[in-house]
Amino acid sequence: MHVEEKFTDATWPAAPETATLEGKNKYLGFWLFLGGETVLFASLFATYLALKDKVPDSGMLLAKDLYEIPLTFAMTMILLTSSLTSVYAMYHMKNNSFQKMQAWLLITVLLGFSFLALEVYEFKHYVHLGHTFTSSAYGSAFYTLVGFHGAHVTFGLMWFLSLMLRNAKRGLSLYNAPKFFVASLYWHFIDVVWVFIFTVVYLMGMVG
Amino acid sequence: MSTYAKKQGFGATLWDFMTTVDHKKIAILYLISGGLFFILGGLEAMFIRIQLAVPDNNFMSAGTFNEMITMHGTTMIFLAAMPILLGIMNAVMPLQIGARDVAFPFLNSLGFWLFFFGGVVLNLSWFMGGAPDAGWTSYASLSIHSQGHGVDFYVLGLQISGFGTLIAGINFLVTIINMRTPGMTYMRMPMFTWTTFVVSALILFAFPPLTVGLTLMLFDRMFGANFFDAAAGGNTIIWEHLFWIFGHPEVYILILPAFGIFSEILATFSRKRLFGYSSMVFATVLIGFLGFMVWAHHMFTVGLGPIANAIFAVATMAIAVPTGIKIFNWIFTMWGGSVRFTVPMLYAVSFIPSFTMGGVTGIMLAAAPADYQYHDSYFVVAHFHYVIVGGVVLGILAGITYYWPKIFGTMLNETLGKFTFWFFLIGFHLTFFIQHFLGLWGMPRRVFTYLPGQGWETSNLVSTAGAIFMAVGVIILLINIIITSVKNVRVGNDPWEDGRTLEWSIPSPPPFYNFKQLPLARGLDAYWIEKMEGKKEMTPAEPLGDIHMPNGSIIPICITIGLFVASFGALYNMDADKTWTVPVIIIGLLITFGSMLIRSIKDDHGFHIHKEDLMDDKDKEVKA
Repeated sequence: MHVEEKFTDATWPAAPETATLEGKNKYLGFWLFLGGETVLFASLFATYLALKDKVPDSGMLLAKDLYEIPLTFAMTMILLTSSLTSVYAMYHMKNNSFQKMQAWLLITVLLGFSFLALEVYEFKHYVHLGHTFTSSAYGSAFYTLVGFHGAHVTFGLMWFLSLMLRNAKRGLSLYNAPKFFVASLYWHFIDVVWVFIFTVVYLMGMVG
Repeated sequence: MSTYAKKQGFGATLWDFMTTVDHKKIAILYLISGGLFFILGGLEAMFIRIQLAVPDNNFMSAGTFNEMITMHGTTMIFLAAMPILLGIMNAVMPLQIGARDVAFPFLNSLGFWLFFFGGVVLNLSWFMGGAPDAGWTSYASLSIHSQGHGVDFYVLGLQISGFGTLIAGINFLVTIINMRTPGMTYMRMPMFTWTTFVVSALILFAFPPLTVGLTLMLFDRMFGANFFDAAAGGNTIIWEHLFWIFGHPEVYILILPAFGIFSEILATFSRKRLFGYSSMVFATVLIGFLGFMVWAHHMFTVGLGPIANAIFAVATMAIAVPTGIKIFNWIFTMWGGSVRFTVPMLYAVSFIPSFTMGGVTGIMLAAAPADYQYHDSYFVVAHFHYVIVGGVVLGILAGITYYWPKIFGTMLNETLGKFTFWFFLIGFHLTFFIQHFLGLWGMPRRVFTYLPGQGWETSNLVSTAGAIFMAVGVIILLINIIITSVKNVRVGNDPWEDGRTLEWSIPSPPPFYNFKQLPLARGLDAYWIEKMEGKKEMTPAEPLGDIHMPNGSIIPICITIGLFVASFGALYNMDADKTWTVPVIIIGLLITFGSMLIRSIKDDHGFHIHKEDLMDDKDKEVKA
């Protein structure tokens, strides 16, 4: 199969993301990249755990004083849902239904933005309470770990948006199907990282 | 095809190399820039040895000496050894597996330019207020208190070039998994391809911790974070862990490709199949795996406690097992072979005892209680130069000589090559053997001078004399390269006459599409099998057809220049008198992400070489 080939619903391959050699390479290369990203976040988690609650003077706020589970639980639910909607988008991509894929991607992007808005609100709230990037080692580690994740979310949103706008008028092909697919892989990865952040940073922050 | 052979002007050639995505040209770029950085690092080494030649020397100040050792180590590891090895991998690995290019030609180019500009950032420090001076390990307890911007150059230079290396690693992994020619199963891959594969996996998992470590350092030094500031709750040991979780696999990233090169050379010039191929593959994978389990042996004296030290000591010693397997396999490969002592073979034969000596001191250092004595002494300096120069650099010199005809289409002069070899080998042992004893006699590493009357004078002078020998060897190599290029005597497909693997079945240098028809690999040493059956070339695995090739692109340089610009904004961010830093960071990142966006939205389908053009080529060959 070739990237410039025209397809009908009947001839559209079951796995368009890996139907060409370029697609196969992108698919595998991106999985490997996510392997590297996993080590990157593992290093950040380790740094955070080593520096959690390490503050220069005893008057400063610690994890258990800062975090609010209802807010972060809402963020978790929003991001998990966005992962689900991106699965729906990929389902429609595999069925060659371009408009439905775009619609589900749009929902994914909107959910992503609302997550980001809540994160910005959360950070502003903490800064207001005196927990800043430069106030303590704990602050540096917290904002670096959670901020790296937030930067990944932002990048993912920009990626989805540019793919959607670029391809809005020309529909699906074997050239862009792998692009949509790896973007959604990236989105799932971000979601998994957030599940760990929710557990390790917020839930464990409440108990000790 | 005449259009491809047309003589180009200098500008056109430059543009061609700036936009190329051809793995063979990118290999040449890696070799040239890696070679330049190697000479730079070598000059720094010479300055260090001149300063230490006699006691109480004042050839350079203590501060300059610190900059010199930092830049020597950093340059040699990140900007010389690794890029030259990546260059050889780029040149050879796709040919060995019968591929027309790597999986991601565009990213291949991006990886090179990131490495190159990272190296430029690092070295600009010499001209912009002083080089980094906290040692190549840049331990946080030292580096966050380093005055000036030297360490900032270190952080940003390595960050940028590290991205490049990571990209190269992913690219090679996908290439080897997805793009092997029909019949080329994993257990038929040449040993150099196997080591490239394992090394790429190490790069993938080892570089992210360095990225994080450098990011933390960057945030601490340039944006006011407190990761390593004990007064604000920080902890400098985090840097040591992150650095060595990267740093230990890094030494295997350096040595495994050299192992691969020597495996090829020993089999070729013994005219015998590599002894114990499957155990070699197993040993390579095992070394790669164990390489991640031993980082704390660099930290025995930190005080992690006897249990941690014991575990890491035992894990370190375990690496001697797969390495020993390799050493014996190389010896058995030569055993009973009809050995030809060409220049690459001389390097290979001398590598075995030289490297083994480095391995033996490695075992000594792995014994944690004894390490308290050796730590931070010249014994350590001797050990790691024995493995890196006696292993990696001999491997690079051997690999360059061995693959020179395949990369450039000419043959380096063997006589001059032998001069280089003897000068370098004798100089190497002269320089570093005595340093073991200097260490045991108590000379600490990283001192800029020493007092007379401690029994170190003669030994240091001998060491410096050895360094001059090595420099002479390298100068002869450069002369050899110039003479060879000027003479420009072209060679055929298989100039060493005993080539065993696919790269020797095609012209030197190969056409830009490598293989007109993908070859069928019928076993290990695929080309040798065909030769033994009296055939001149490989059996094709496909009919002659159109070949799909990627387009060149200038975007990789644009992406890199954006990061280059942004890094200068970050560098000066903490200076109160400079208000332009944040805008510069933003402009730089806009260039980078803007270029990435252009790459994303501009379709690039590549082009096809038509069957008819390929047939013309064949007809011409018949006529000639």
